[in-house]
Amino acid sequence: MKTFALAGNPNSGKTTLFNALTGATAYVGNWPGVTVEKREGKYKGKHNGVEAKIVDLPGIYSLSPYTPEEIISRNFILDEKPDLVINVVDATNLERNLYLTTQLLEIDVPVVVALNMNDLLQKQGISVDVPALEKTLGVPVVLVSALRTHGIDELLAKADKASNVARKGTSVLSNTAHAELVGKATKIMEENGIASPVFHAVKMLECDELEEKSHPEEAKKIHAILPEDMEFDAISADERYQYISEKCSIHRKGEKIERAKDKLTVSDKIDRVLTNRWAGIPIFLLILLIVFGLTFSEDLLFLHRWFGVQFSINFEGSYFEGLFWTDGGINSPGVILSNLWGGFSGWLADLINQGLANVNTAPWAVGFINSVVVDGVFAVIGFLPQILVLYIFFSILEDSGYMARVAFIFDRIFRRLGLSGRAFIPMLMGYGCGVPAMVNTRTLNTDKEKTQTIRAIAFFPCGAKMTLLAAIAGVLAGNFHQNATLFSYGVYVGGLVIAILAVILMHWTTQREKVPPFIMELPAYHLPQFRALMIHIWDKVKHYLKKVSTIVIVSAIFIWAFTHLTWNWTYIEPEEVINMTYNGVALAPELWADVADAVANENFAALAELIPGYVEGTEGDILITLRGYEGTVLHGISSFVSPIFVPMGFGNVQTGQYAWAYTLSSVTGIVAKEVVPDTLIIVSSGDLAGFVTASGITVGGFYAFVMFNLMTIPCFAAISTAKAELPKGKLKWTLLFWICASYLIGVFVYLSIDFVWTLAISLPILVGIYVAAYFYNRNKTKKEEALAA
Amino acid sequence: MQKEMSAFAIGETGRIVKVLGEGKVRHRLFDMGLTPGAEVYLRKKAPMGDPLEFTLRGYELSLRKDEAQFVICEVEEAK
Repeated sequence: MKTFALAGNPNSGKTTLFNALTGATAYVGNWPGVTVEKREGKYKGKHNGVEAKIVDLPGIYSLSPYTPEEIISRNFILDEKPDLVINVVDATNLERNLYLTTQLLEIDVPVVVALNMNDLLQKQGISVDVPALEKTLGVPVVLVSALRTHGIDELLAKADKASNVARKGTSVLSNTAHAELVGKATKIMEENGIASPVFHAVKMLECDELEEKSHPEEAKKIHAILPEDMEFDAISADERYQYISEKCSIHRKGEKIERAKDKLTVSDKIDRVLTNRWAGIPIFLLILLIVFGLTFSEDLLFLHRWFGVQFSINFEGSYFEGLFWTDGGINSPGVILSNLWGGFSGWLADLINQGLANVNTAPWAVGFINSVVVDGVFAVIGFLPQILVLYIFFSILEDSGYMARVAFIFDRIFRRLGLSGRAFIPMLMGYGCGVPAMVNTRTLNTDKEKTQTIRAIAFFPCGAKMTLLAAIAGVLAGNFHQNATLFSYGVYVGGLVIAILAVILMHWTTQREKVPPFIMELPAYHLPQFRALMIHIWDKVKHYLKKVSTIVIVSAIFIWAFTHLTWNWTYIEPEEVINMTYNGVALAPELWADVADAVANENFAALAELIPGYVEGTEGDILITLRGYEGTVLHGISSFVSPIFVPMGFGNVQTGQYAWAYTLSSVTGIVAKEVVPDTLIIVSSGDLAGFVTASGITVGGFYAFVMFNLMTIPCFAAISTAKAELPKGKLKWTLLFWICASYLIGVFVYLSIDFVWTLAISLPILVGIYVAAYFYNRNKTKKEEALAA
Repeated sequence: MQKEMSAFAIGETGRIVKVLGEGKVRHRLFDMGLTPGAEVYLRKKAPMGDPLEFTLRGYELSLRKDEAQFVICEVEEAK
């Protein structure tokens, strides 16, 4: 089968065209060695009989090696040798889009130009003279509307035809004063048998880094013929743009082309408000608040708190009770979806347990299935609805072009931290999931900026960390009389604050550099497409379910197994009753089951029968001792490790025999953050509040436990993504950074809450560190400046 | 009169004369269409006056003053 590559500028509608071409057959993977997304799919034409593999290359402006995307696209076309390149060109922005076209045409590969967004162009009353453009460029040009799937079959039919004929690269520079120089350089390349000699020759003349590295021998020869003071890269860019404006733009017919400044498009009007000098930042904060409100709020838009909105019908006793609203207000869509799943999974769990009871399943198997399926898988899927809702909103903001404006608005602030405004986008994505957020850092310009951003992303409360926040909310409110909602909001803001503090420190010490440049297109606003959104979301669901079916199940099984097995592989039942007394008098073991039943059912008559001398109302004196986890493998290991958590208030000193559970969940949390509450729920048999009370942990210790887990190494998936995205050798330092930072934050939280006076010591130390870092940086900068001068 | 692009007032238009600076950043400016002869127009400034948003070659490009100062334009004398 033939392979067609899609190449084009960002925002040229390339992805829309890809979706229209491949439908549901798209396959998303990574380019080898890097995590830039690789999308592949198949096109099957019903009318033209064409079949082809379509590869979606990353959106790029040029084939110069400025970003990893450009290098990938360039290498793909040069090395993988697709049968044809479909160059997607935004017809409403011909000038800049054709710049890439002039470079693609230099490669020895058949090219077809797809003039996209033709519908928009027609709306503006403009048409493009296609035959004239075809003649100028020397390759087929097809008008398409990827959005309305117009012209797609025609495009592929022409592509199929063009791919059968080999094409030699041509350069616009061959028609300029520099034709001779380009000709000579091309000849040098040709003589050495290099494919696509025109492309390589021009790039070599431009003194392109990649080119010089891959062809050192030719570099010498070509640099020898390049006049000393000639800046060929400036000339070539200039000539390309001149060629485009002279030869190509004239092919637009219809009304006279207005200069963008003369008219106010819808996009401009929106922009006037959203990026307003004064209103821009408040509007962004408001949008963020609304997005999080629609996802997590149980009092939508504060209608209850502020306006007293309340409903009298509450479907009491029915399935709908509490689904849409409670006494506290209206639920947000995220909460409604989450409730729906909660109701369904509860029903399913009951059904499973009934089924198990009906076939007389062994108690250990019932426990196992409940641990892994109900407490593990169901609980984790339970957070999918809210993650999805959040993700949908972020996709809409991104697809609409607003995120680029956010970078524009916040660049000034971020520059103070040593980052560009672009770094804000991956950080914000960190609120959804750290993995795509880390992948997004590839749009950043320098290694140091990437490193700092990836490290900071770990501090943002992602969707998985929500599971921990949700699980402990009840404990915070019930056991410690804390405002759990306020804490959750605090974590969202606090994550950002800690990220900023960390970036400042890095920028002053280990990651010092000049602030990277900020050169970014602000694409026109457009409505996000439903279809593309659905494809995004489906990818997300698949990814999440895959995680659940692998990491979560495996770790749930692992935890269940090693909390039920001893070192010599014997099974023990932690829930098993091992002693029962009444007023200090031991009861006969054969009575235990009946007594437990009677207590549970408040059957006092039965108790009087079972226990000699029982006085009604004193059933509280019946003491039931359960076996607990002593002797199991994980209990042993965790107890051994737990002293290292003493400074954070949840080590063996503070929580005694329960310390192992806090330790275990903190350590297993590195697999995936969902595992933290999961582990606690499993070892407490679902009674988290009771467990926390029994453990005797303090408020400070509990907050420290939560904060440590929120701030530490995120998960396996994040580690592997960070490994791929970080510059070489930086992963170990990054892991160390995460561990140290979260440990110190944990200690700080514990001490500050339980021993407030320690703030008198810790705050000055903190300030001292920053002051020292500040002067270290200032000194170094001065020295460097002196050296440069 | 010649002027750096970073010194434009909102609504000001100019024609690029030359691009200073060096290396990758300069090449990137070229790639994005900031070549001699191109007409640029300062649309707006971000909160706190930086970065700047220009219109050129039919699209919007945002640049910091640090980068924009490399681009020298010919502008009409203020009346």
